[in-house]
This record gives sequence, structure tokens and C-alpha cells, in this order.
Amino acid sequence: MERPDHVRQTELGQPVTMLEAIREALWEEMERDAGVFLMGEDIGAYGGAFKVTDGFLQRFGEMRVVDMPISEAGFTGAAAGAAHMGLRPVVEMQFMDFVSCAYEPLTNYIATSRWRNAGPQPLVIRGPVGGGVRGGPFHSQNPEMAFFHTPGLKIVYPSTAQDAKGLLKAAIRDDDPVLFFEHKKLYRAPFLREVLPPGDYTVPLGQARLVREGVDVSIVTYGNMVHESTRAAEQLAEEDVSVEILDLRSLMPLDEEAILNSVRKTNRLLVVHEDTRTGGIAGEIAMRVSEKAFEWLDAPMLRVTALDTPVPYSPPLEDFFLPQVEDILTACRYLKAY
Amino acid sequence: MADQSESEWAREVGPPAPDSLLDLYYWLQLTREVERVLANLYRQNKVIGGLYRSLGQEAGAVGTAYALRRRADGTGDVLSPAIRDLGAMLMMGAAPADIMKQYMARGDGPTGGRETNVHFSDYGKGYVGLISHLGVMVGVMAGVALSFKVRGEDRVALVYSGDGMTSTGGFHEGLNLAAVQRLPLVVVVENNGYAYSTPTSKQTAAAAFTDKADGYGIRGERVDGNDVLEVWAASRRAVEHARAGGGPTLLELVTYRRLGHAEHDSQPYVPAGEVSEWEARDPVDRYERWLLETGGMEAGELERVRERVREEVAEARSVAESSPMPEPRSGVDGVYAHERGWIPWTRGGLEDPDEA
Repeated sequence: MERPDHVRQTELGQPVTMLEAIREALWEEMERDAGVFLMGEDIGAYGGAFKVTDGFLQRFGEMRVVDMPISEAGFTGAAAGAAHMGLRPVVEMQFMDFVSCAYEPLTNYIATSRWRNAGPQPLVIRGPVGGGVRGGPFHSQNPEMAFFHTPGLKIVYPSTAQDAKGLLKAAIRDDDPVLFFEHKKLYRAPFLREVLPPGDYTVPLGQARLVREGVDVSIVTYGNMVHESTRAAEQLAEEDVSVEILDLRSLMPLDEEAILNSVRKTNRLLVVHEDTRTGGIAGEIAMRVSEKAFEWLDAPMLRVTALDTPVPYSPPLEDFFLPQVEDILTACRYLKAY
Repeated sequence: MADQSESEWAREVGPPAPDSLLDLYYWLQLTREVERVLANLYRQNKVIGGLYRSLGQEAGAVGTAYALRRRADGTGDVLSPAIRDLGAMLMMGAAPADIMKQYMARGDGPTGGRETNVHFSDYGKGYVGLISHLGVMVGVMAGVALSFKVRGEDRVALVYSGDGMTSTGGFHEGLNLAAVQRLPLVVVVENNGYAYSTPTSKQTAAAAFTDKADGYGIRGERVDGNDVLEVWAASRRAVEHARAGGGPTLLELVTYRRLGHAEHDSQPYVPAGEVSEWEARDPVDRYERWLLETGGMEAGELERVRERVREEVAEARSVAESSPMPEPRSGVDGVYAHERGWIPWTRGGLEDPDEA
């Protein structure tokens, strides 16, 4: 069956946004595997709040594009039941902020299932995250670390269109439950439009991507902060500070080896995350570096993060809350001079 | 039996065959005997955690599960028990020895000692183990039913709830989702009077749980949960309604929990005389009387069933008691599909700081 134009851009050699890349990944996986189906709110006739699933209902029908009542816990539980029976549900959280409603089935039921000998849970929970779009406290969160502490879940957070497509395909094919975070500010960002590799490809979970090589400071980051860090690195290059940037791409599994290799090379580590500070992944990364590469460090490990408050709505407040390029510049200059 | 006329009975479920009648008797006796032996093991400190019994309400689990297509090849109906539905687990094919091993935390039990009591699953046989967080299984079983609908399979999912579980958000979200999607799901509410120590009157202001069925736009039916034939008949109606595409039924079984929440609980909160009142309505005794007086059974036939049950359970007990405890390190793997579990270097794991 011929694909509609809005999912044929890669086929036609045209560039796509991150959102379009995600849409292509879903479409192709649903074509490839009849067991893959979608659940979520407003994903059918409306095509989802961000239009990720636009046109899916017409092509795949209501048995595979299932509109759900507003009940994140209920339909996340239902995804688990369908996964038990051998299907591969892909659940859309309209905003990932609402995944907290499904914390119970995710952390207690789904995450433990394989270990309890109750069978694998090959499902994906995906949706938009992140701030900078004036969404206020309940449409801007980065809730990844609420799940990082739960053994049994995988956490993926792409920063480019190419990675988003390949990682989502890998997540759907993965036999473990995957939380897939899509930064809404990157969905349609023009600077991320790119021509993707033709045909089927995946990006393995648990492998970081070296965004930029450098020798003075390692920035370990993910999501939108990859791009903020790149902006900082470009400025720093003019000041003769050479920054290496590692995009984690998935937080769980965490590519510890890539982090250690970079630290052994630059001897200075800055972790940048848009998530709030306390209990953020910077703490875990710093601990691992301390355990395994302490003697390679020439400076204290630092972090640039959001503040420890809910996400504010008003632009001056939100801009002050979020990590900015200026924060990264300041931290890198400090590390270089240390 | 009980309040139901013979003609009504025949119309609804067909005349019960002698085989079915004895079969039901066997499952009731087996449930009671397995729990009796578990209580014995508990008092010998061989059950590691709590023991949750269904004494006095066995007809609920047995009568409902008997209405399902029970197959061992993964093509039958699927149920998820609540904590007092050991009888339903047995009927779907769970081995008494496995249940005992699970309670005794043995290494060759269904979860290798990782989980407790009836928290274990077998998708071939058609049961999905619950977890302790009540309500989530309604959503999970709605998902099982959704998979049947999506694949066009002629199968039914059944989930058990106590009166307490109905208060959870998970119960509501799961049932509402199933109702909206008209999923082949039967939700059995075993109203046994208490959730731990909390009486049903503090769990809901509704006069009956079936009153909620209208609110969900689904079928509701309320029956005497201590009458195994009535439970069976009502369950068949619910299961066939679901199989025919009619959507969920909320089936309320009115019964009573004669023991405490678990073995440690001496029920100080129960009014005097209440338990003995319900002893007189014991579902196994009632069914036995019916079999002898109305069902045309001989006392000797029933005794042979009880003898068979005693032998099977004694054999299961000896198998379970001789099974090993798990190796400590066996709990580490299996969190993810393709990753080995992590063991700290202080326990001889791989991350010795001197080798960093």
C-alpha cells in the first residue's frame, strides 16, 4: 500500500523534522510488524496533540490506533496486558508530565514483570517532554529520573531527527519496556531538519554519540541540552577552549564506557541536563566517574541544570529556571582555568 | 440450587452433567485442602511470608473459573486472581506443589523464590499473577481482552477484585476503558465483607457494587457467592455475553471472609457471632448437601473425591517440602532481556577499584 506524502519524505530524499522522523519510525514499524499498535489520547481522528499520528487511523484502522479515555494508569496497565499476549504496544502520553499518573503500573507492574518470571514487556511509552515553550509546570517537565531509579525500565531521549527515528525503531523492537522522551521544542525545530538514511535502520539503545571532539572539557548531556552545549562550545572555541560533547541518547542503559573514555581524555567533566538539579543524572554520572576514573580528573566534576523548582510559566521566570548557554560557558571557563 | 427453579436452571446453562457436578466438588475440596496444608506449613514456620486463605468463599473462585475455557496451550480464556482466588489458579492448571513452593520461597518454584503466594503467571495455562498494588490488574486484564479484540480471537479475560480493590483508581480506569472499548472482560467483585479490617460500608456508599455497573454502561449481576452452582451459572452468562461481543459484566459475589486478612490477623474487629452465622452457610457444606439431596450423588462418591484430594495434596506437600531454597545470586539476573545483573565488588563482583 502506498504511503501518504507526509510519511514519504525520507523515501523521496527530502529532509524531515524530528517529529516527522518519529512519525516515519512509527509508520514503518506498524507496516513491518502487525503486532505493533498505538494507544493514547486523541491519537485517532485528531492525530495526536502534536499530530505525530496524523493519518494513522485511516491507514491502520481503529484496531491498531486505539483512542483511550483519559486514564494514563488504566491504559498503561492495558498496554502491559496486551504485551503479555505478544503484542507490542506503543503508548502515547499526550505530555510526558502525565506519565506520573502511570507511575504505579510502570514501576511496580511493568518494570518487575520479566524479573518476576511474569514475562517480557515489549512496550514503549513515548511522548513530548521539556521546557522552553512556556507550557507551565504541567506541560514542561523532564520526568526521566523518576524512572531511572527503577530497575527494569529503559530510558531513551534523542536529540536529533536521525537518532529519534533509529532509536524509536530500536525501542519498539526491544524486548524490555522503554520510556521514550521527545523534546517538544525540537519537534519542529528547523535547524534539526535533515535527510535521513534511506531504508530501514536502527540506533542501538545504550550507545552514546560523540557530537563534537575536544581536549579541554567533556560535556556529557542529552536532549535539547546537546544543542545548547553545542552553541556554548562554538563560542568557547573562539576563546581557545576545546569542548568535547557526548550525547547520551539513552540514560538506561547508560554508556558508562563512553563517559569514562571522554573523561580520561579531557580530565574535566561537566554534566548538563535540563532536568532539575537534585537527584538528576549528573549525580549518578559523577559517582561512576569517581569510582572508575578518579585519578584522571584534574578538576572537580560540575553540573549545569535547571533549578530545584517546578517549571514556571512566565518567560522571565522560565528562562531563569532553565539552564542557559551562559551557564555552560561560565562552567567550562571555570573548568579550563582550574 | 437454592432459589433457582429447575426449569430456569436448565434454560440458562443446560442441565448440569454428573461429571461437572463432581468436578466442581473436586475443585472446592482441593482448594480447601491445599489451604489447610498451607496453614499447617505456616504454623511450622515453613511459609516465609503471610498466608491468605479463602475459607468460606471458595465457591467464588471455583464457580467463576469453571465457566471459562480452560486450555493449556495458550488459546483459552485468561484470568487474573485476587489474593483469595487460589481455587481459580488451581483450576487453570497451577500445580498445588508450585503454590506451596511459592509460599515457602523455594528456588524451583514458579518465580524461583522472587515472589510470594499466588503472584505467578502462566500464559499457556491462562493465568496472570497479580501484584500487591490493587487495581492495576483490572487495566492489565483489559489489555489482555484488548489483545483478543485486536486479533479477532474468540477469548475472554476475567479479573477478580475484592470489595476493597473497587475503591482504587486503577479499578475505575481499567473498567471504564474496557466498557468504552466493549472488551470481552468479566470483572468479578468478591464482596466478602472486609478489606483487611475495613468493612464494606467504609469502602463504598453504594448499596451494592452492581449499582456501579449502570454508571459504566455495562451489565451487572449480583449473586449468592456461597452457592457454587449459582456462581457458575452467573459466570457463564457473563462469559458468554463477553464472548458474543457484549462487553464487560460486573459480577458481584456476596460472600464472607471467615478468617482474618492473613493468618496473623485474629479479626478483633469482627462483631461477635458474625463468623458463626456464615459458618452455617459454608459453600462446601451447602454444595455437599445439595449433591446428596438433589444432585443424586452417593456419599461414597463424595468420599472418593475427598480421598483423591487428600492424596494429591499430600504428594504435593512432600514434593514442595523437599525442594531447595534459591541460590542467593539467582535473584540478580533477568531484570533486562540481555544484560547480566550487577554484583558489587565487595561481594566478588567485577568492579574492584584497584582494577579501575
